[in-house]
Amino acid sequence: MTEKEDLLRHPKDDLLREDRIPHIWCAGCGIGSAFSACITALQKAGTEYDRFSIVSGIGCSGRVAGYLKIDSFHTTHGRAIPFATGLKLAKPELNVFVFSGEGDLFAIGGNHFIHAARRNVDLTVICVNNMNYGMTGGQVSANTPIGAKTTTTPYGNPEIPLNLPSLAAACGAVYVARWLSLDVRRLTQSIQEALMKPGFSFVEVIGPCPVAFGRRNRLGTPLEMIKLYNENSVIKNNVHPDETIIEEGKKMVLGKFVDIQRPTLLEMLPKMSDAGGTVWPDKGIVTESRDG
Amino acid sequence: MPPEAVLTGDHFINGDEASAEGAIAAGCRFFAGYPITPATEVAERMAQRLPAVSGIYIQMEDEIASMAAVLGAAWGGAKAMTSTSGPGFSLMMENIGLGIITETPCVIVNIQRGGPSTGLPTLCGQGDMMQARWGSHGHYEIIAISPSSPQEMFDFTIRAFNLAESFRIPVLVMADEVVGHTVERVTIPPAKEIKVINRIKPTGPPETYLPYKTDRSLIPVLPDAGDGYRIHVTGLTHDERGYPMTDAENQEKMVTRLIQKIQKNRDQIIDYETQFLDGAKIVLVTYGSSVRPTLRAMRSLRADGVKVGLLKLNTVWPFAEDLIRKLARKVDAFVVPEVNFGQIALEVERCSGGQALTSSIPHAGGGIHKPEQIVKGVEKILRGRERKRKRR
Repeated sequence: MTEKEDLLRHPKDDLLREDRIPHIWCAGCGIGSAFSACITALQKAGTEYDRFSIVSGIGCSGRVAGYLKIDSFHTTHGRAIPFATGLKLAKPELNVFVFSGEGDLFAIGGNHFIHAARRNVDLTVICVNNMNYGMTGGQVSANTPIGAKTTTTPYGNPEIPLNLPSLAAACGAVYVARWLSLDVRRLTQSIQEALMKPGFSFVEVIGPCPVAFGRRNRLGTPLEMIKLYNENSVIKNNVHPDETIIEEGKKMVLGKFVDIQRPTLLEMLPKMSDAGGTVWPDKGIVTESRDG
Repeated sequence: MPPEAVLTGDHFINGDEASAEGAIAAGCRFFAGYPITPATEVAERMAQRLPAVSGIYIQMEDEIASMAAVLGAAWGGAKAMTSTSGPGFSLMMENIGLGIITETPCVIVNIQRGGPSTGLPTLCGQGDMMQARWGSHGHYEIIAISPSSPQEMFDFTIRAFNLAESFRIPVLVMADEVVGHTVERVTIPPAKEIKVINRIKPTGPPETYLPYKTDRSLIPVLPDAGDGYRIHVTGLTHDERGYPMTDAENQEKMVTRLIQKIQKNRDQIIDYETQFLDGAKIVLVTYGSSVRPTLRAMRSLRADGVKVGLLKLNTVWPFAEDLIRKLARKVDAFVVPEVNFGQIALEVERCSGGQALTSSIPHAGGGIHKPEQIVKGVEKILRGRERKRKRR
């Protein structure tokens, strides 16, 4: 490569499958910023790229695996987390992370999220929450706000959305954060921390879907939409995850909410072998400490 | 239990446990599953044995997750397996399809029980044979083998891993409750006498490597995650780079190869045993727990002078099409006793192409055939032939 060619390369090119560009995402979509933050976090992590593996499910966010130039797995709808669990347990030296959307991870795949967090499998889950199923044209998801219009809630969504940080914390995640796709620096920092943290880490990224979701709810241009999200959010690090519920008339709470230590599944397994089945219930194994 | 992988010697164990021992002897070091009767003993044996051989056992939240974890572990370089029965097998179907399109070696043991739905949890059935063939959506080839005894549960599970590693495909071990729960002697040979095949991995430079480009074998040479090849693996239709290419042209290329890699190599995959086929006018076609009552029926019929032979299908899918076609020209009839209402019988009928009669001896499940039922089935055909001759 000549010096000029080298200068022309984008600083993120070493982690991009350039031969797959252009990507599928619409103009103004939040996934691009989250993807970019993810690449920067990988570059800053100081780990060899070959040691990372990404697993995605199905949907717009699920396409991230196909653009990232590391070992990348684009699996079935909702099943990225159990696939990643198998990969991590079979080859513990890999740093495995999941990148997918909220419909994939929390509707069809919700049960797997609950149990991977409970087991504390050493995975990082990055979820772009765009509040609807974008790829199929904008249907209601488990995170569509009450009253919002989608193609399958033409009269408004009658269901209460899930509060993801609260769910993650309740299931035992050791790291929980939520940012807007606009907060690129804070988001990058969080993804980097999550990737390096042993145990089940969760980062929610609230991103606009102007084409499928914004349009039907008259949220304006992509810029107006992200401005709206920004004006209606507030950073409150370390608040109790239950206080981060997204509700009408309340600001969306952003920040890092959980950062604790808990032995991972792979750390627990040898203890079981050594204990010879006599641990429970007498010699309590310390499984959690709030000190972080 | 000793920590060795191969427990050489004679054991008094059931078919489920024998299957687990076969897996470990074949190099399986990852098991993900979910409890289900009558397959639970496979998981229990794995949970007990795998830690001692530095393997991982994990009980997942359901069978969908189990199958996904098995695929993930296979890409982590492990020989991986799950076991289940009807309801769980249904749940695994979508991810079995992912295993087929991504060409992921792994083994699924199905200890069949009576269905549909929850059906007969503790009792025998063979109603999943066609589901094994076509249960996942789309058109594809699959490998399914059918053990008929605890010893074969050990031997065939080893073969299942060898086939999975050779052809990079999920391999189904289609056992049933009777085979899984029969307790009898299982002989485990010395480790050096067990043939174990391991997947071939790429050695060339990553810069020019194309993961799904194949030679004449049509079988891709793929790395594990972390080997430095930075591959993309997707359930979407893909090209030789592994990149999604969702158009008719790439679909034809990829699906044709997935089918041909099995069809072209079917002589290596298809395994069967025969008895008394020379001069036989009637051939009993059998597999799994139906084999023993069928053998008994055959002996009884032969004692009465009936020219009956036996074809035992060790590989069920791909089907022994060429053999049935050849036999159909020589024999009068195929009789197929199975614990369903005629699934493999349909295949036999198709392959015989009208040249020989095919008669199904059905059983709804909950047990296996009594040898007399099979004898009666054959006698019915003999009477039919007699009437035909008289009419002439």
